[in-house]
Amino acid sequence: MAGFKKKASREMPEMNTSSLPDLIFTILFFFMMVTTMREVTLKVKFTIPAGTELEKLEKKSVVSFIYVGPPTDNLRAQMGSSTRIQLNDRYAEAREVMDFVAAERRGMTNQAEQVISIKADQGTQMGYITDIKEVLRKSWALRINYSASRRN
Amino acid sequence: MAKKKKKMPGLNTSSTADISFMLLIFFLVTTSMDTDMGLARRLPKPPEPDQEDATMDIKARNILYVRLNAAGQLWIQDEMNFGYGDIRELRPRVKEFVKNEQNLSRLPEKHVKNIDLLGQCFVTDKHVVSVQTDRGTPYNIYFQVQNELVAAYNELRNELSKQKFGREYQFLKDEEKAAIRQYYPQNISEAEPKKYGGDK
Repeated sequence: MAGFKKKASREMPEMNTSSLPDLIFTILFFFMMVTTMREVTLKVKFTIPAGTELEKLEKKSVVSFIYVGPPTDNLRAQMGSSTRIQLNDRYAEAREVMDFVAAERRGMTNQAEQVISIKADQGTQMGYITDIKEVLRKSWALRINYSASRRN
Repeated sequence: MAKKKKKMPGLNTSSTADISFMLLIFFLVTTSMDTDMGLARRLPKPPEPDQEDATMDIKARNILYVRLNAAGQLWIQDEMNFGYGDIRELRPRVKEFVKNEQNLSRLPEKHVKNIDLLGQCFVTDKHVVSVQTDRGTPYNIYFQVQNELVAAYNELRNELSKQKFGREYQFLKDEEKAAIRQYYPQNISEAEPKKYGGDK
């Protein structure tokens, strides 16, 4: 029995966990970097089309979004169900896109690379899209991107 | 008698890990890793106030019309053939049109062009694919047409780059890409939408 007692008295040395917070903080900072908080609440609902020849939107800092679609279910009672354009947090008319583009551009460091991404519902009538495109042309925001999901 | 210096008790940091874990989980939940994707297009420059309609002096053989009506039907028209078509026909038609391999007189005219890295080439750089939409055309149809057009150009560029450089277009160097782009320039023109009927 003496042998057993000897073994039992040997204690497992405790692991040093003092670097654990640092480790977690590192992961935390990584996620803080890659996180893009959705800065707008969507007021329109849309299903984006699916395509094959898509490119990734690489630089998030130069991208501005325009949402096009019918109002969401809880807003339909007040706003009806016809197609709306959403800029930032509110509904807007196509001509207001010009101010929106200018305001977005002001906050960018490399303004020449500005990209406007159009997130529009599949069923939207082209009239709305064309109006937006005309205004974008006039405001010299020529690089656009039709947001889509990948299909095989 | 000087007071004996009290030893500062060490701050208990065992909960730091828990706090940072909570922050970590918060960011994990709110992060959307899915990257936004889309079809990149470039709009033409805004028209000058005194600009004439430039489409008038393009020869008929150089234009391929793709028209979309409010019902979402597709009309494809070049100098010889026209009619309603399926979206699946569009890609081969555009490829045939842009390539004009046999130098047919109904397809775009070819010019000799000196391109860096490729030398003297016989290209259809005057061709135009004209997309016309109605105000009532569903966006999805328009998007699929755009997608097919870009796909047609991408396939042509890929074929050429494999033939000339032995690699796919996306793996080429920048100057090689530029040469391929000169060989197959993307000339997609989007006319003002027309009202082909309907009350919208």
